[in-house]
Amino acid sequence: MIPKSPTFLLLLLAALPAAAEPVHVTYWEKWNGFEQKAMQAVIDRFNASQDRIVIDYYDQTGQIDRKTLVVTAGGDPPDIAGLHEQNIATFADAEALEPLDGFIHDEGMTNEQWLDRYYPIYARICTHGGHVYAGISTPVVETLYWNRTLFREAGLDPDRPPATLAEFNDYATRLTKHDPKTGRLTQVGFLPQDPGWWPWIFCEWFGGRLDDGHKVTFATDPRNVAAYQWIQHFTKEYGLDNVKLFSSEFGPWASPSAPFFTGKIAMTFQGIFYDNYISQYKPGLDYGVGPWPEAVPGVKDFAMAEADVLTIPRGAKHPREAWEFIKYVNSTNTHAETRDELQGAELLDYLQVKLSPLKVWSPYFTNHNSHPHIAMFRRLASSPDAVCVPQLGIWQEYHREIISSFDRVRLLDATPEEAMGYSQDRLDASWTRYRRSLERHGQWAALGEAPR
Amino acid sequence: MTRTERKELRKGLGFTGLWIIGLAAFTAYPVVASLYYSFCDYSILKSPVWCGIENYQQLVQDGLFWKSLRNTLFYAGLSVPLGTVVALGLAVLLNCDVRGKSAFRLLFFMPSIVPVVASAMLWLWIFNGEYGLMNGVLNPILAPFGLHGPAWLADPTWSKPALVIMSLWGTGNAMVIYLAGLQNVPAELYEAAEIDGANAWQRFVHVTLPAIAPVVAFNAIMALIGAMQLFAQAYIMSEGANGNGNASDGNPARSTLFYTIYLFSTAFQDLRMGYASAMAYILFIITAGLTWLAARFARGRYEDAL
Repeated sequence: MIPKSPTFLLLLLAALPAAAEPVHVTYWEKWNGFEQKAMQAVIDRFNASQDRIVIDYYDQTGQIDRKTLVVTAGGDPPDIAGLHEQNIATFADAEALEPLDGFIHDEGMTNEQWLDRYYPIYARICTHGGHVYAGISTPVVETLYWNRTLFREAGLDPDRPPATLAEFNDYATRLTKHDPKTGRLTQVGFLPQDPGWWPWIFCEWFGGRLDDGHKVTFATDPRNVAAYQWIQHFTKEYGLDNVKLFSSEFGPWASPSAPFFTGKIAMTFQGIFYDNYISQYKPGLDYGVGPWPEAVPGVKDFAMAEADVLTIPRGAKHPREAWEFIKYVNSTNTHAETRDELQGAELLDYLQVKLSPLKVWSPYFTNHNSHPHIAMFRRLASSPDAVCVPQLGIWQEYHREIISSFDRVRLLDATPEEAMGYSQDRLDASWTRYRRSLERHGQWAALGEAPR
Repeated sequence: MTRTERKELRKGLGFTGLWIIGLAAFTAYPVVASLYYSFCDYSILKSPVWCGIENYQQLVQDGLFWKSLRNTLFYAGLSVPLGTVVALGLAVLLNCDVRGKSAFRLLFFMPSIVPVVASAMLWLWIFNGEYGLMNGVLNPILAPFGLHGPAWLADPTWSKPALVIMSLWGTGNAMVIYLAGLQNVPAELYEAAEIDGANAWQRFVHVTLPAIAPVVAFNAIMALIGAMQLFAQAYIMSEGANGNGNASDGNPARSTLFYTIYLFSTAFQDLRMGYASAMAYILFIITAGLTWLAARFARGRYEDAL
């Protein structure tokens, strides 16, 4: 007979092992819209899948990189920081990130095996100096968008985007209109400064390289110079004052008055996310999505890839648990046949209406992704000619120099050779100084000669 | 020290102790530490490594350092005198005995309490080359000459003058101080000048200005210090007008790359805290030097006037 006295029950409870409290993992992310909702759904699924770890999402919209930097320096970072891919090299060289190599090895995999699951361009984004520093949260591919209505008006086939650079230039001219009375621009085929976020991509599109693994090659690679000559020709053709006034009319890119939405620009290069904004700000816009025109003979599927990434800052209190979540978001159920069976990357990308960074897609994700051009983006992501931001510790400086040259060139303030030469001199000095700093801190030998 | 004095000292320290600790920890220590870091290769995340005067040597050779300094001095050179003239002019007008004086004072002071971000967004629209209010006014005037208003913030030639014009929006604070100064000028001085046959302009130049010279000097020096530290307006408007996510480089074409913006991007984007600390000390020396010069000039003018 079991005694039922309160004393006995209390003793029994005390004798039971205390249930372990779940570990709360702090996760900082830069999203606060539909992307946050999608990630929250993934977090909920992860939290429900086990009882050891709870992910707490904190919205850190705006300058998440600087916030992460400061709290990491202060010794109280979040367990997971959702950074941009261009932060990885700078943060890693500054010893602000935990390498993920050890966690990967604990899973019984080598870095190569882990990375081989991704499309090569996303594997490259996750690594720096031979180490894996990040997992992908949201993959992006940028490519050509065109306004089919404006194509029709210009007598062009709306189903046939320009296939080569020469055709692209021809289309741009044919899609450009002037006010017959004032001569001012009313519509342009293409303007390189829209949206102006990636002025470096034109160099890569022209076959140029921004570094050769040992030094900066911005102005020394003639293909980069050719790209900037091409950029300048638009201003020369349209007229500087005309361009300045015309571009003053542009509203913010994510608004109904964005130039592509208002029909002021007929062709633009944008990311996979752009379709979400088109449905939001210009529903009913008749547009097409296609590959970058062939600028280098033989390169037919050139593409630009970007990604938001998940990292573990140095000094995080729960790195092991943080890794568990990063691993979850960078894995999938490859056999998913229903929406409920989607996991990790595919669940997130399904809800964010994007592609998966992983090579193998489940049947459900493949057949039910609601992005209207998902097949095109998948093709471009898997292209061997896809490129991404170089993983250079001085990339922030480099990017500013590129934008400065880009501005000077498009505003006819300097020839491409002059503007890029000035930037090259500055970047050479920056690279020398950066290398000296790494040597001072005893890091150069570990990184080796290759800055990538 | 007597027992009573020691007791008083303890009481005094008790009341001021927290403030002293705060000053030491949050002001004095960072000031001293940043001086040390200015001689170091320091990224905030790694231990500082002493590098002597290397940061200062690099500054001298850094073209962007000089460009940002030139941009800042250009802005200060235009905005401080212009702001002084406008604020003083408004104060003189608002000192007149007219109906609704208080309402006018309120009206002209209000812009200075509008948050920087809100006013920057407003001025972004005003300076829009195509739809903005500024060109809406200018274009009809320029049209007969076949001209069109500039693209302002999107044009490297006009972006700095645009920021100078915008700075006049915030002259309300200075105006109130001038107004207080004007009201303290003894009325008998004006009466004496009138009896001597001085007209309004002569009364302003020979009575008003000398009487409020210390106030003018104070306002001008404060405006100079503020202009040398210009950051938020330029940062917001550069991004707002050019929108390529690179506000920290003074777009377009670095025409609005002011000193503090360059310092900020060096520190928080490039993680070169040592170099940024050196820049901060150079700015401190320049500002202190200019302030000393302004104070000396003002004192000389003030004494001459008396």
